[in-house]
Amino acid sequence: MNINTTKVISLLFFIFSAFYLYTAYQIQVFAFDENAPFNARTFPIYLGYAGLFFSGLKLILPDPYTIKVQHKTLEYKKTVILIIIAIIYGATILKVGYFLATSLFLFSSYYFLGERRWVLMFILSFPFVAAFMYLLHGVLDIYLRDPFLQSIGVMG
Amino acid sequence: MIEGILIGLTTALTLQNILMVMLGCFFGTIIGMLPGLGPMTAIALMIPITYGFDPATGLILMAGVYYGAVFGGSTSSILLNAPGVPGTVATSFDGYPMAQQGKAGKALAIAAWSSFAGGTLSAIYLLFMAPSLSKVSLSFRSPDYFALMILGLTAIAAFSSKGQFLKAMMMVVLGLMLASVGQDSLSDITRFTFNNMNLTDGISFVLVVMATFAMSEALTIILKRNDPTSAAKQVSLTELGSIKINKEERTKMYKTIPRSSVIGFLIGVLPGAGATIASFLAYGMERNIVNDEEKEKFGKGSVNGLSAPETANNAACSGSFVPMLTLGIPGSGTTAVMLGALLGFGVQPGPRLYMTNPEIFWSIIMSMYIGMVILLILNLPLIPYIARILAVPKNYLIPLILFFSITGIYVMSFNNFDIYLMIGIAVVATFLRLYDFPMPPLILAFVLGGLMEENLRRSLLLSNGSWEFLWDRALTACILATTILIIIWHIYKTLKKIN
Repeated sequence: MNINTTKVISLLFFIFSAFYLYTAYQIQVFAFDENAPFNARTFPIYLGYAGLFFSGLKLILPDPYTIKVQHKTLEYKKTVILIIIAIIYGATILKVGYFLATSLFLFSSYYFLGERRWVLMFILSFPFVAAFMYLLHGVLDIYLRDPFLQSIGVMG
Repeated sequence: MIEGILIGLTTALTLQNILMVMLGCFFGTIIGMLPGLGPMTAIALMIPITYGFDPATGLILMAGVYYGAVFGGSTSSILLNAPGVPGTVATSFDGYPMAQQGKAGKALAIAAWSSFAGGTLSAIYLLFMAPSLSKVSLSFRSPDYFALMILGLTAIAAFSSKGQFLKAMMMVVLGLMLASVGQDSLSDITRFTFNNMNLTDGISFVLVVMATFAMSEALTIILKRNDPTSAAKQVSLTELGSIKINKEERTKMYKTIPRSSVIGFLIGVLPGAGATIASFLAYGMERNIVNDEEKEKFGKGSVNGLSAPETANNAACSGSFVPMLTLGIPGSGTTAVMLGALLGFGVQPGPRLYMTNPEIFWSIIMSMYIGMVILLILNLPLIPYIARILAVPKNYLIPLILFFSITGIYVMSFNNFDIYLMIGIAVVATFLRLYDFPMPPLILAFVLGGLMEENLRRSLLLSNGSWEFLWDRALTACILATTILIIIWHIYKTLKKIN
């Protein structure tokens, strides 16, 4: 059997399905439901077996369409930085507020992706977010929680 | 039906809804022109905007984006041989050679008129077929629905990517597993929450769509160093030439359009098939039908060869609304996203939709006509100008996609956990995409997961736990037999490839 990354993913999915199946069997059901033809754990149990079946097949059958990814050509650094910025954005959005957190997220993302046109970067972050907020909050009446803008009296 | 059409027209022709169709078509055309960003991403990005609208308006906006994206995809196919969406690959076979001969404007005009005619004709088919099918589907029972969902999931796995059936089935199972997180709908027992309160209500559909499409596509573009906007920059510089179609070309189109629209619509109705298969089939059928002289021109700039796939892919878009509106079962990943959005509005699509919410049912159909006219106006004279908008560098495009995705989740839950979960799913999806694990089956399975469990529950309870319900009724047995045929066909194809 030729080991490639697709097979490794299939193996991981097989292990995940086994864990899912084990957890499905642990689901607590009501005593009167225990022997019913269908209860809260029936469908997940079928899914667990289906996961084992399909990933098992993928593992043992030869793969006529092998995918080869050239890892050297992939841009891991920028992708990881972008993910980290997104996580920081997620962590700060509630405390700092939508406007500031989003504007800073956009500005820093442009910067780390290699952009250096400062004026355009600024326009497409702070004023852009303000306009978008106005569209959502002011025009479409979609509530946006922003403690920062509330504290300075811009938002009601 | 006349009453329904009038209700639909009244709803669709309000200033707000006309504006939504226009915006949807415009935005869809832009996204459709960007290779890699398809209609599903475009619709997913629209979801936060639709929160502020009523269901009819929200769906009209999303429908506009859908056919706008398919329409926009044909532009980059014709001018650059770089299809924006898979459904327009067949368009490039004759569209691009025509553009190379200095007839880019003519090719765009043929594509635009064919799309318009295909979309309009199929909207008429939909107008007549949807109410009738709704009435028929009222006789569907839980076993039929369960079998139909199995068929839909198998079909989308079979057709979603070439030779990746098992991978697609793994994605189907993963989608169903994600859908099973949270409270059981009947007993309220929590499942797979690991005592995390944030998971009690399950994983949000918008979160999964945003993560697997919008966000993971943005990350994939960065990871693979792609630049989807480069195509648009080139389009804006292309000389289009005349857009006039002469009498001989029109005569050819008159014959091609009706037959291609029928095949496109019927393929669109089938679960899992969609615009890509419809356009290839229409192209192949047209090549077999035309005379030898015309056959020679195929692949070198044939009018029939360009008109057929363009008619079919737009007709398939309208066709894919049939199972969603009448059965409540989406036939494609794109309509699955729309179904999820509808469920978010509290509207349950299905056979009763056109009785309980006639304004939604009919206004979508009516908005298709309006959308086709708007697309015709947009695509012909405005393409170079639209393309100029896309000259936005990817350094701006990618953060903006991430921003729209995170905003979509933020305004829904105001919860950090959902944002982290979305980023986590997006990272996994990006990695899976690298190895050609298709995402549309995952989305369709996620949307259908709850309905599937509910129908299986009813079927098993009614048959006292016996699986005989699968062949008790002729209809259920037929649907199941079709599913088995699809699986056998795929096993045969794989074995043939191995040998």
